[in-house]
Amino acid sequence: MAKIDTHSYDVIVIGSGGSGLRAAIAAAEAGARTAVVCKSLLGKAHTVMAEGGMAASLGNVAPEDNWGTHFQDTMFGGKYLSNWRMAELHAREVPDRAIELEHWGAVFDRTPERKMSQRAFGGHTYNRLVHIGDRTGLELIRTLQDKTVHSGIDVFMETTVTTLIKEGDRVVGCFGFRRPTGEFISFATKALVLATGGSGRIYKITSNSQDCTGDGYHLAYAAGAEMVDMEFIQFHPTGMVYPPGVAGLLVTEAVRGEGGRLFNAKGERFMEHYDPKRMELSTRDVVARSIYTEVKEGRGSPHGGAFLDVTHLDPEYVKMRLPSMYEQFKELAGVDITKEPMQVGPTCHYFMGGIKVDADTGQTCVPGLFATGEASGGMNGANRLGGNSLGDLLVFGRRAGIGAAEVANGLEPVRLSEDAVAEAHRQAEEDLTGGHLDGAENPFKLHKELQKAMGDGVGIFRDREGLEEAIAKVEVLYGRAQAARAPSPRPDYNPGWQLCQELRNMTTVSLMIAKAALLREESRGGHSRLDFTAYDDYWAEHNIVQRGTGPDLELIPTPVLKKDDLTELVEARKLQEAAA
Amino acid sequence: MSEHEMKGGPRTFQIWRGDEAGGELVEYHLETEPGMVVLDAVLEIQREQEPDLAVRWNCKAAKCGSCSAEINGKPRLMCKTRLDHLPADEPIQVEPMRAFPPIRDLVTDVSWNYEVNKKIPPFSPRETAGEIFEIGQADTDRMSEFRKCIECFMCQDVCHILRDHRLQEKYYGPRFMVRLASLEMHPLDGVDRIDLIADQAGVGLCNITKCCTEVCPENIHITDNAIIPLKERVADERYDPLLKILRRTGRNRRDGRKKV
Repeated sequence: MAKIDTHSYDVIVIGSGGSGLRAAIAAAEAGARTAVVCKSLLGKAHTVMAEGGMAASLGNVAPEDNWGTHFQDTMFGGKYLSNWRMAELHAREVPDRAIELEHWGAVFDRTPERKMSQRAFGGHTYNRLVHIGDRTGLELIRTLQDKTVHSGIDVFMETTVTTLIKEGDRVVGCFGFRRPTGEFISFATKALVLATGGSGRIYKITSNSQDCTGDGYHLAYAAGAEMVDMEFIQFHPTGMVYPPGVAGLLVTEAVRGEGGRLFNAKGERFMEHYDPKRMELSTRDVVARSIYTEVKEGRGSPHGGAFLDVTHLDPEYVKMRLPSMYEQFKELAGVDITKEPMQVGPTCHYFMGGIKVDADTGQTCVPGLFATGEASGGMNGANRLGGNSLGDLLVFGRRAGIGAAEVANGLEPVRLSEDAVAEAHRQAEEDLTGGHLDGAENPFKLHKELQKAMGDGVGIFRDREGLEEAIAKVEVLYGRAQAARAPSPRPDYNPGWQLCQELRNMTTVSLMIAKAALLREESRGGHSRLDFTAYDDYWAEHNIVQRGTGPDLELIPTPVLKKDDLTELVEARKLQEAAA
Repeated sequence: MSEHEMKGGPRTFQIWRGDEAGGELVEYHLETEPGMVVLDAVLEIQREQEPDLAVRWNCKAAKCGSCSAEINGKPRLMCKTRLDHLPADEPIQVEPMRAFPPIRDLVTDVSWNYEVNKKIPPFSPRETAGEIFEIGQADTDRMSEFRKCIECFMCQDVCHILRDHRLQEKYYGPRFMVRLASLEMHPLDGVDRIDLIADQAGVGLCNITKCCTEVCPENIHITDNAIIPLKERVADERYDPLLKILRRTGRNRRDGRKKV
């Protein structure tokens, strides 16, 4: 066996999106020797695609705004399944994170009073989202990227992690390969933070980057961690529907925030029938289901979506406030959005669920293992409000980085067992070189089949029959994914090799989603059952927690984590909603 | 072109296959769908014909800047280049960016750019900035043009100083002139980078041919709005006699910025 380089750190962060970089910065500031390990180049993570903004109750536009209202909005948006403490920490701390970002060089749009401007967004009581045009995620990433490289943090770019390595109960490292060369690499670390984002690539129609393959969910699960809320997937209401190559590409909610209106083929402003009070700025789950229903009932646009219209707005205003949407439609669809309506439909956008963590520290139930950002679950309950993910990345990224550093600072250096490294190496090598063997599965073909099974059975609307069928199919695909091998044995920059690992991640995640969706016999937020269309009193009080080994998942309904001092705020909001 | 005119049909592609030891254009045929972009075609060829065809991509939404290549000889994002915008009667040539060392096929080694970025002192607020920043929208708009950059590095790819003269040791390239301009034009930044801009970053080497501006997928006016103003600031600081006097009396516009 060739010698495999081992690098030792206090804290390893896997993932270089907003939460990963923020975690690494916090860990380094807390004195930990820190490295970021990421699948792609630095600055290319899925966070760059976030468009609309970051919700923070700074009160620059609406002085009456405060953390309590933001907390209430988040709880209501999450249909009261959020971890209360997480929703509280987020609402309380995100203003500081926004101000801090400016001190690190981020640039946001301004009010006439020269403060950070704040725009309206679905489900937020006040104008709350700090933003820069419609490329707020890029601003966040670039700022954190510059902060990271000047914080003494090592970055291992284009490095794919295939497995975590444990010593007894504790995570002590990970193993993977460097994409440009195919060289194997291992890391010994006192604490490890998973900041690997979501898994939108299990669906064909998704706004997610190709990197979003649920890596952290599977790595954590295989290491013994618990998952929570996996049935809740946010289908963003407005993705492009045409041409076919761009189907699913995000059309930012800022289009509606700036006054965009939705129409069906009969020219009706159909949100009047679904949520007359909030109209286009209803929560994402409601708007997505409304568009889906309009199309299904025969009132869709020519390419099977709804019309999203900004032609009543001043063209110069549209180009200034929504520059990348203007460009995107002009370049990719040949549509001038200042003159013609866009055609849009739901697209898989965000995973509310994820690795179950302690709210304050990001610690999982596995010693040495932390998670943050979209990879973790709890903060968003059954449905995430637009504008609540960028703040989530910063608030909980920072907390996980501090949490990991505190654990690491109290430990002696760890060592990787040679057997564990040898086993990880054997599997990765087999994936690369076994493509010619009998029984080897082609990962590209499996991926297509998985996307079809999930789209057919575990989409925006679900029922028992469809879910059971999907589970049966995904179980078979899960088995076949273990036999996935790269069609070509070249080690350098081999896309099929990478996909073998990602398929195991994606099939595991798909099983988690489908099984939890089958168990939750009600409709709530990002989970809609055609056979159980109403809220259920039992499920109103329970999250589904999952753990297990391989495809054997144990599903454990667990009471929602509440907090006494927040009861008053939550009850006040429920009363307010009931009155409305 | 409106969506009603989108065309699919059979197309021929010539894709560069190889590594640092050399390579060649290899021909592929594909039945294309209406509205397809070059990246769709490359990925389809990867899925169906050449499973180890190496290509770097992430967002497929023109937001990450990963899929830069030279298409029919011109640097472009593969995800933003529609097939029906390219001449229908010719093969579509897809090659890696030539100013960077090849890794394999369409993937190049762009790590030099990351090394350059480390040499640029980051934003650091001046002492008078206060906790809550007050900045005007006009300043924001000026900086925002530069901060739109998605780091596709295509400007670096076409820059003569880097591509033809190989002066990577003397010039940071247009991408980092844009980065420096965004810092230099921040009204609350407290770092004086004039010596860096003039000496290590080598702004004087740019001879304003505007090739970088032409290829920028974000339409940043790199030459006019970033490089020329930086050249002017260097000239003002180093060679303007009046400013020299003012600087001695501590009254020039760089008050509040500190040398690093």
